[in-house]
Amino acid sequence: MVAGCGQQSAPAPKPAEPAKPAEPPKPAEPEEIRIGSWQPFTGALAAGGAMNKEGIDMAFEQRPKILGKPVKVIFSDNKSDKVEAANSMARLIEQDKVVAVLGCYGSSLAIAGLNVSEKAGIPMIPDASNPLVTEGRKFVTRLNYQDPFAGKVMAKYAVDKLGAKTAAIIQDVAQDYSVGLAQFFRKEFTKLTNNPNSIVAFVSYNTGDQDFTAQLTFVKSKKPDVIFVPGYSADGALLAKQAREMGIKTPLVGGDAWEAPELVQIGGKAVEGLIFCSHFAVEAAKTDKAKKFIDDYRKKYNKDPNCYAALAYDAYNLVADKLEEIKVVDPVKLNTALRSTKNWEGVTGTISIDETGNPVKPAIIFQVKGGKFVYMDTIQPW
Amino acid sequence: MNGRSNGRGLNYLLTLGSIVVILLITTWAQRTLDPYRLRVLSVGAIYVTLAVGLNLVYGFTGQFSLGHAGFMAVGAYTSALLTMPVAQKARNFFIVPIHPALENLQIPYLPALIIAGLMAALLGWIVGVPVLRLRGDYLGMATLGFSEVVRVLINNMQTITNGSMGLKGVPDYVNLYWAVGSAVVSVFIAARLVNTSYGRALKAIREDEIAAESVGVSLFYHKVLAFVAGAFFAGVGGALLGHWSSAVDPKMFTITITFQILTIVVIGGLGSLTGTVIASFAYAVAMEWLRFIEAPMKIGSIEIPGIVGMRMVLFGIVVLVVIVFYRQGLMGQREFAWDAFLRRKEAGTAAGAGKGV
Amino acid sequence: MTLDMFLQHLTNAVSLGALYALVAIGYTMVYGILRLINFAHGTIFTIGAYAAFMGIAIFNLQWGITYILAICFTAVLGMATEKVAYKPLRDAPRISVLISAIGVSFLMENLLIIFFGGRPKPFFRPPIFTQVLEIGAIMIPVLSFAIIIVSAILLVALTYLLYRTKPGTAMRALANDFETARLMAIDVDKTVALTFMVGSSLAAVGGILWALKFPQINPTMGGFPGLKAFVAAVLGGIGSIPGATVGGLILGLCEIMLVAFLPNLSGYRDAVAFVALITVLLLKPTGLLGEKGQVKV
Repeated sequence: MVAGCGQQSAPAPKPAEPAKPAEPPKPAEPEEIRIGSWQPFTGALAAGGAMNKEGIDMAFEQRPKILGKPVKVIFSDNKSDKVEAANSMARLIEQDKVVAVLGCYGSSLAIAGLNVSEKAGIPMIPDASNPLVTEGRKFVTRLNYQDPFAGKVMAKYAVDKLGAKTAAIIQDVAQDYSVGLAQFFRKEFTKLTNNPNSIVAFVSYNTGDQDFTAQLTFVKSKKPDVIFVPGYSADGALLAKQAREMGIKTPLVGGDAWEAPELVQIGGKAVEGLIFCSHFAVEAAKTDKAKKFIDDYRKKYNKDPNCYAALAYDAYNLVADKLEEIKVVDPVKLNTALRSTKNWEGVTGTISIDETGNPVKPAIIFQVKGGKFVYMDTIQPW
Repeated sequence: MNGRSNGRGLNYLLTLGSIVVILLITTWAQRTLDPYRLRVLSVGAIYVTLAVGLNLVYGFTGQFSLGHAGFMAVGAYTSALLTMPVAQKARNFFIVPIHPALENLQIPYLPALIIAGLMAALLGWIVGVPVLRLRGDYLGMATLGFSEVVRVLINNMQTITNGSMGLKGVPDYVNLYWAVGSAVVSVFIAARLVNTSYGRALKAIREDEIAAESVGVSLFYHKVLAFVAGAFFAGVGGALLGHWSSAVDPKMFTITITFQILTIVVIGGLGSLTGTVIASFAYAVAMEWLRFIEAPMKIGSIEIPGIVGMRMVLFGIVVLVVIVFYRQGLMGQREFAWDAFLRRKEAGTAAGAGKGV
Repeated sequence: MTLDMFLQHLTNAVSLGALYALVAIGYTMVYGILRLINFAHGTIFTIGAYAAFMGIAIFNLQWGITYILAICFTAVLGMATEKVAYKPLRDAPRISVLISAIGVSFLMENLLIIFFGGRPKPFFRPPIFTQVLEIGAIMIPVLSFAIIIVSAILLVALTYLLYRTKPGTAMRALANDFETARLMAIDVDKTVALTFMVGSSLAAVGGILWALKFPQINPTMGGFPGLKAFVAAVLGGIGSIPGATVGGLILGLCEIMLVAFLPNLSGYRDAVAFVALITVLLLKPTGLLGEKGQVKV
């Protein structure tokens, strides 16, 4: 195949000069290590892109050189749009000659870009949780756990710790993330409660909807023990507000997308008591490395880091460590090294990558208390 | 392609020649350009197919349709479901199993592409027959509504469409040959259509419906014809876009993409195929080229950090400037024609048949 | 379904419908007079909300004053966009104006992203709007009453403006026939500017109330309410102010009752608006309360 096996960091310019005239002349910088970061900085998923960038920026500041060579992180906006996602990924690989790509946030976007990077043989570390992101791929390594696991974890927590016998689900039918979590929650919950009818209400909304009163009125009438709301943080905050205004006191449980400052900023008092899962917790940080990361982050940004920043920070450092390990700037060798990561100590925990490119790691459970995300529990994979 | 005046044979020869030239250029590009540039050019060519379809409906016939995204979605899903390997389907439908009738279906790419267009056309007919009684903005609203309904249906019909999860790992058949091939074929078909008596009827409807009707043009028949043809091209273009990005999901087919295509058509010039072709490529290339604005820049010794979002701001300004200063679009209703190109005698020849009605 | 539950759904529906109606009135006004589908209306709506956000979060102003300033700012901005993007196109094909509106919308949305970032921001709710009334088992947020009252006041004020004042008469004359109005020595530029001013301030009011009801704002927040309000306006008969109100209420009612009676189909909620739109257009092409007259193509 034509795939970029053996594509070095600084290949000779291609013989035929391409058609576009406005290309700025490329300075010869063979001594530079280029890492792409490819994110939705604008559009629907802009929040995720911004959080990832904070982690990468800080990692780069602390480690501007790898193998003694200066690093250049090239950020590229994919506008939360799939056509742009594929194009900007191709640009990072073909024009910027990056050795690895960090990101992006959002599964559909990640997959659109993956088809390009996979063919070119450039390793990618996406912050996307859909199982199909790694399914059958050779050049993807993922540091966060997948949607099915998040759904299962929340069902287990609801049954074991909250003692729930019945549950209602309110999903965003237009988000694959939400639909995935909802289904795996449903399966696990009915299994754990041993009651096929334990999901008493299963209703939907569409991205962009802000009025959840009809869904909530229905759910309220079914008197569930717990309400599972897998959606993004702003939706969760609005829904919690409306639920409390309607006098619903049932515990609200969500997925890892709730971990964003917006949840509390928008939800205020209404989000008190909300429970969700995450990949990283300041309180659960036991290693020196993680503690140092938290201190540095607070100093730089004047706030606590969340899991997206932490995952992105880990992604950069993992690439850096692996490059130092293989001592050569080669995407294919780097990929092999990434995929065979064993017991690598990151700030989000000790990471081992399995044969499918996914990490084996526990989930963290948070609850909102006094406007803060308070660490509750760690749930190991089972 | 204005084969009306003398030298008809010569015109055909020239057209044939230019197709050969396009083929040669495409071959050259496919062999030498890097994958990034190929992707951008391919998407430009796909925009041609899409924009030609919309221009036929709006530019030539004057029927304001905002339903393009809906037809694109139907085409994209049809072709993706028809060509996806069985194992990949099983992988995709890991939440709700796929409808058994679709499970083992797999046909070659070209027929799938044509069926995609035909499905969209069929839907175009079903929608068009009742809706085309409406006029102007009301038609626009009804078609926009239709397109949104399609999206909601796709989100909810999980056993067929996999809902919001979309279809991932759609075979990525599209290379520059396919994209350009489809563009050439659609321009050719549209040009044939426009330069026959059908085309004159369409333009007559655009200029004045009542007058057209009074001279015996069947309004309804011709409107539906244009609408169905437009839906066909939208279906094929949508299918190509799906194979190009190798993923199809409902978020791709919002009103935004309809506006994009509409912008291309208007900037190129309503009722000008030449303009559509130019604007499609210009749009695809410009969107990428403008990226430099968002990268950090060095002017002298001052380093300006990259500002994300600048690209779209500038794009908005460019659209405004083009619309305000070239309100007829780049080409107006003019077409590239061999006669004008060779002899440059009557300026009127290039203006196409539109004025003559 | 119990009676309590039904009544709760009904109050939810009216509360949502009133908000749709409020935004729809702005839409219908600009369209009725200029025959321009102002796709930038949703973005103007967003800017109204952001202006109010800035007043409170950045300049620390009292909320009442902030809202008034935000509405004024948005009104001026609306007039400015008219000058730049629509006025030069007054005798151009209608589609050019439409594309121009899309361009304006792109531009403003992305400027918001540059200045405020793409992430949602919390919108401050004054304490009086956060209270909830409890009538039996039914809960009604105070804000819902505020929305209904504001809509009613605007409805009356607009009707007064259009039918009892001179500029209003000029607007109606323009709506009827642009050319004749010009011949009758009506200052077209001024009247159009005024229309945009009123339309944009209505959008700002809608934006602020929307942000109060759903207290988060983001640069793309206007797209969705814009579309829904537009549907409401067309449903009721575009150009008709009572029509927009009726359209908004019907839309709210249809959406909520679908979820109430058929919760399994709640995912189809967004389709309801558009199915209703297509049905009404096919049965009565000018909308429920729209004027009969021929639509000029």
